[in-house]
Amino acid sequence: MRHEVDVLVIGAGPGGSMSAKFAAENGADVLMIEKRQEVGSPVRCGEGIAELWLNDLGIKPDKRWIANQVDGARLFSPSGHCLTMDAARAGSETGFVVERDIFDRTLASEAVLAGSDLWVRAMAMGAKVEGDTVKEVVVDRLGERITVVPKVVIAADGFESRAASWVGLDSRLKLKDIDSCIQYRMVGIDDDARYNDFYAGSDAPGGYVWVFSKGEGVANVGIGVAASKLKAPADVKMYLDRFIAKHPEFAKGKAVDMVAGAVSTSLPMDQTVKGNFMLVGDSARMVDALTGGGVVNACMAGKIAGRLSAEYVQGSDVLGDYERAWRSELENTMVRNYVAKEKAVNVTDEQFDRIVLALQELEITTITTAEILGAVAKAVPDLVAELDLMF
Amino acid sequence: MMALECDKSKCLYCGACVGSCPVEALTLYSSWIEVDHDTCTECGICVTLCPVGAMTLGGGSE
Ligand SMILES: Cc1cc2nc3c(=O)[nH]c(=O)nc-3n(C[C@H](O)[C@H](O)[C@H](O)COP(=O)(O)OP(=O)(O)OC[C@H]3O[C@@H](n4cnc5c(N)ncnc54)[C@H](O)[C@@H]3O)c2cc1C
Repeated sequence: MRHEVDVLVIGAGPGGSMSAKFAAENGADVLMIEKRQEVGSPVRCGEGIAELWLNDLGIKPDKRWIANQVDGARLFSPSGHCLTMDAARAGSETGFVVERDIFDRTLASEAVLAGSDLWVRAMAMGAKVEGDTVKEVVVDRLGERITVVPKVVIAADGFESRAASWVGLDSRLKLKDIDSCIQYRMVGIDDDARYNDFYAGSDAPGGYVWVFSKGEGVANVGIGVAASKLKAPADVKMYLDRFIAKHPEFAKGKAVDMVAGAVSTSLPMDQTVKGNFMLVGDSARMVDALTGGGVVNACMAGKIAGRLSAEYVQGSDVLGDYERAWRSELENTMVRNYVAKEKAVNVTDEQFDRIVLALQELEITTITTAEILGAVAKAVPDLVAELDLMF
Repeated sequence: MMALECDKSKCLYCGACVGSCPVEALTLYSSWIEVDHDTCTECGICVTLCPVGAMTLGGGSE
C-alpha cells in the first residue's frame, strides 16, 4: 500500500506532537506515526519541567498532567550542604512535576485535533533516499508494510533514533556524552514538595540523583550516571539503591514502579536539516547536557519544524531556516551547559561542598551566571582557569 | 562464541542500549530488542550501560 502525505512525523513524543500540531495548524496534511501502542507509556522521564517556556509554546498548564507545582530547586552537596534556588533567589526556577504519559497524550491529542492523523503501532523501518531527498518511508503498521510518500519528513524518534543515518547524518554519541538512568516512583517517603532536589557528587558519578516530588510522600527518585564511569552490568541501579539506603527519609518508602532510559549529554548535532528531512528533540541530541532535561527543547524545535514544514509544502523554500531558527532559541544555553557539564563531571566531592557553601553566601535575589562564576572562583580557584569559558 | 543477548526477563525496553550503540546494531521494537549480529562488534558498551543489566555477551555467566 502507498500513502501520500505532505508531512510525515516519526515519533509521537513531545517533539513529534508539537511538530505535527504546528504543521497541521498551518495547513499541511500531516501523518504522525508512533511505534508504541500507547503514546507516552511506558514513561521514560523524571517528569520535571520548567514553567518558564510553556507559555511561549502555547501549552496551557492543565491539572490533568500537573502532579505538583514547585517553588524552586535545591542542590545538595555530598556532605549535605544545601543550596536553595527559588523564585525569590533565582528568578525562574519554578516548575511542574508532571505525569508524562498524560502530558504526552495531551500533546498528541492537540496535534490530532489540529488535523494531523496518528497511527500507533506504526514503526518507521527505513527510507528510500535520492540525493538529499527522502522519497519514501517504509512503515510497519500492525504487521502491514505501508510505503509512505511524504513531501517532508520530521524525525522526532527520540534517543534511540535511527532516522538520521538514512540521510547520512551522524547522531552517534560518545560514551562520555551519555547518561544512563533509572528511577523509582516512591511512596511513603519524607520529602519537601515545595522543591525539586538534586544530589551531586560521587553518589552519582558524572551525573546526579534527582528527587522530584509529586506531593503527599510520593516522588520520582532517580539517577543518571555518566556511561563512561560505569564498570559492571546494572551499576546504575546499584548506585540508586545505594543512595536510597543511605537516606532514611527515602529508605522508609517503597518503590511502586521502575523507569529506565538514557539521555545524551552532548552538544546538539551540527546538522539537523538536510533536503526535505528535519530532526527534532532527542534524535538531534537537543537535551540540556547539564540537567538532562529535553522536553521543552524538543517542543520548541518541534514548533519551529512544524511551522516551516507547512510553509514548505505551500511552496516556500524555507526548510533551511530550521537550523538557524531553533539554534537562535536554544543553542547558547545548550553550549554553556555542555561546557559546565564537562567541568562538573570531574569536580570532587570536596569541591562540590565548597562550591555549594560559597553559593549559599550569595545574598541576592537574582543569581546571575556572572555572580555564580565569581562565587565559584573564590571557593575553588583550582577550577577557575577554564570556567571563564563557561559564561 | 560471544553473541550479544538481551535477557527479556530483565529488559525494560527503555532503549538506552539502542541509542548508545556505536555501530547502530540494536533496534527497539515495542517489546523486544533486536540485535543485528552481523553488525554488532561485541564491544560490551551496552552490557555495562544497561541500567538493569539485561544485556549479556553469551558464554559469560556474570
Ligand atoms: C530517565 C529519564 C529522565 C528524564 N527526565 C527528564 C525531566 O525530568 N525533564 C525533562 O525535560 N526531560 C527529561 N528527560 C529527557 C526527556 O524524556 C526527553 O528529552 C524527551 O522525551 C524528548 O522528547 P522527544 O519527542 O524528542 O523524544 P521521545 O519522547 O523519546 O519520543 C520519541 C518517540 O518516537 C517513537 N519512535 C522511535 N522510533 C520510532 C520509529 N522508528 N517509528 C515510530 N516511532 C518511533 C518512540 O516510541 C517515542 O514515543 C529524561 C529522560 C530519561 C531517560
